Amino acid sequence: MSQPLLRVRQAKKVYAMGNELVWALKGVDLDIYQGEFVAIMGSSGSGKSTMMNLLGCLDIASEGSIAFAGQELSSLSKNELASVRNQRIGFVFQQFNLLPRTSALNNVTLPLLYSKIPESDWLSRAKQCLESVGLASRMDHHPSQLSGGQQQRVAIARALINDPLMILADEPTGALDTQTGLEVMALFQQLNQQGKTIVLVTHEPEIAQFAKRKLTFRDGELISDVRNEYVKQAAKESAA
Amino acid sequence: MKIVILLKTAITALRVNVLRSCLTMLGIIIGVAAVIIMVAMGAGAQQKVDEQIKSLGGNVFFVTGAFRQSGGARSASVVKINEDDANLIEKQVPGVEAAAPYLSASGQVIYGNLNWSTEIDGIDNRYFVVRDWEIASGREFTAAEVSRGSKVVIIGERVRSELFGASDPIGQTLRVTNFNATVIGVLNEKGQDARGEDQDDVIFLPIKTVRNKITGVTATNPKSVRFIQVSAYDGEDMGYIEEEMTRLLRQRMRIPVGGDDLFRIRNVSEMIATRAETIQVFNTLLAWVASVSLVVGGIGIMNIMLVSVTERTREIGLRMAVGAKPSDILYQFLIESIVLCGLGGFIGVMIAYGFVFIGNQYGIGAGGIIETQVVLLSLGFSGLIGVFFGYYPALKASRLAPIDALRYE
Repeated sequence: MSQPLLRVRQAKKVYAMGNELVWALKGVDLDIYQGEFVAIMGSSGSGKSTMMNLLGCLDIASEGSIAFAGQELSSLSKNELASVRNQRIGFVFQQFNLLPRTSALNNVTLPLLYSKIPESDWLSRAKQCLESVGLASRMDHHPSQLSGGQQQRVAIARALINDPLMILADEPTGALDTQTGLEVMALFQQLNQQGKTIVLVTHEPEIAQFAKRKLTFRDGELISDVRNEYVKQAAKESAA
Repeated sequence: MKIVILLKTAITALRVNVLRSCLTMLGIIIGVAAVIIMVAMGAGAQQKVDEQIKSLGGNVFFVTGAFRQSGGARSASVVKINEDDANLIEKQVPGVEAAAPYLSASGQVIYGNLNWSTEIDGIDNRYFVVRDWEIASGREFTAAEVSRGSKVVIIGERVRSELFGASDPIGQTLRVTNFNATVIGVLNEKGQDARGEDQDDVIFLPIKTVRNKITGVTATNPKSVRFIQVSAYDGEDMGYIEEEMTRLLRQRMRIPVGGDDLFRIRNVSEMIATRAETIQVFNTLLAWVASVSLVVGGIGIMNIMLVSVTERTREIGLRMAVGAKPSDILYQFLIESIVLCGLGGFIGVMIAYGFVFIGNQYGIGAGGIIETQVVLLSLGFSGLIGVFFGYYPALKASRLAPIDALRYE
C-alpha cells in the first residue's frame, strides 16, 4: 500500500494531575490510509479522546511521532497546526458546536475565514456543501431554527468546506436520537464512498458497525484493530 | 484576515447582548462627552477672551495717574496725566500707533421726549484709531471742533437705537446733561466688553467740551485726562514700548532715580490673558477629571470583555479547531473591544455636540466651541482605550488551548 495518511509510532501522552503523572496514551502504533472509515472505540478514560485530539492536531504527543500526510506534527508551531486543522481536517462534534444566532450559511463558511480562499468563492462553496448534506433549503436558518439532525448536518457541511483529507467526528450521534443518528451515519458512509477518510470516535458499538475498521482502546493502549467484515449500511437501517 | 468580516463578527457578538454592550459603553460615552464638553467650554472662554482683546483694539496700554502714597495713607492720584503726555508718547515712543486722551463722565441725554442715561466720554479722533472703531454713518470730529471744544457728538449704537429708533440722528440736536449738541456721527456696533458691559451705550464729545461743560477744569492740571489709551502697531514689542513710555513719563515728571512712578501703565491684553489663564487652568483640570472617567469606562470594558471571553470559551475552541490561529482570536476580541469603545466614543461625541448646542442656545457659560481635532483626539483616545483594556482579555482568549476550550462547560 501507499504511504499512510496518518502514521502513528509509539505515541504517548502524559498529563500532570496534581503531583501525579497520568499516561493517557502509553505508546500507540497506528496507520490510517486514505479512504478508510475508522471507528475508534473505548470506554471513558481509555485514551480514545486523547488519540482523537492528537490525530486532529488539537494537541501534540508527549513522546513518539505522528505524521499527517507525511508531515511530522510534533515539529509544527501552534500556527502551523492551526493551518493543518484548517485545510486538511474537518471536525464534527457531539454538541454540533455551531455559532448561535448565525445562519447555517455563515456557520459553514466559518473555516474559510481562517483560510486563504478568496471571499468571492465562499458562497458557492458553502451552497455546494449544504446541498451535499441535503440542507440547501435551510441556508438562512439559524441553529435554533433547526432540528438536532439538521444542526449536525450543518456541522458536517462546515467540516467539508475546505475539502479536507480527513473528517474527524467525535461522538457525532451522541446528542441525537437513534433514527437521526442513523441518518447522520448514512451521510458519513456516503461521504466515505466518495473517497473521504473518516475517523469516528464513539463508545457505542452499534455506531461502530457502520465503519470499515474498528480500533479499540483501553487504558491508554490500542488493544484491538480489526477489519469490520459486516459493514452495516446506515441508509438501509434508517429506512427499515 | 478580512477586516469587514471581523467587524461584522464583532458587531454580531455585541448585538447578542445589546443591553450589556450599551451599559458597558456608557462609561466611554460619559467620559468622551465630558472631555469634549470641558474642552469646548475652555475653547469658548478662550475665544471670548480673544474677542475681548480684539475689541479693545489689539495691543493696547492704559496710562493712568498713580495713587500717591504718603505715610501709608493712599489718596487719589494727585499728579494727573494730561493731553500733552499723550501727544508726547505718540511722537516719541517708537512703535506707538496712537495715544488717545480720554475723559469720562456719565449723565442723561435727551432727544425729543425720550431720555437715556449713558456714559459721556471726551476724546479726540485718535481714540477711534486706538479702539479700532469705525463710524457707521456721519463723520468724525474735525480738528477745529476738537481744539475749540465744539458741541458736537458722536453716538454709540445703543444710544442711537434708544433715542432715535428708525429716524436718522445725523444733524439732530441732542441734549447732553445741560447743553445741546449736534449729532455728527454714529459708531459701528461693538458689543459687550470684558466685563459684559455694553460698549455701545456711550456718546463721544471732544475732550475739551466734556472738560469744560461736565467734569470741570482743575487749575493744577487744565488739560487733565482720566487716562491715555495707547495702541502699538501689530508685532511691536510691547515690553519695549512699556519701558520707553515709563522712561519718557518719568523724565517728564522729573521723578528721581529710585522714586515711585506717579503713573501706571497697564497692558490690557495681558490683564485679560491672565484672567483667561485662570479659566484655562480650571478647564484643563476639569478635562483631566473627565478623562479619569474615560479610564474608568475602559476598566468597565475590560471587565465585560473578560466575561465575554469566559462565556464564549467554546466558541473560541471551535474557531481554533476549524483553523483560527491564536492571533486570529486575539484580533477578534481586540476588534470587539475597539468597536465597543469606538462606538461609545462616537455616541459621546454626538452627546457633546448636543450639549454644547443646547448650551449655546440658552447662553450657558461663555459658550462652547468644539474643535475637530479635539473630537478626533477623543475618538482616537477611546479607540486606544479599547486596545489597551481589550488586549488582556483578548490575549487570554488567544492563549486558550483548543481542547480545553472545546470542552469548557
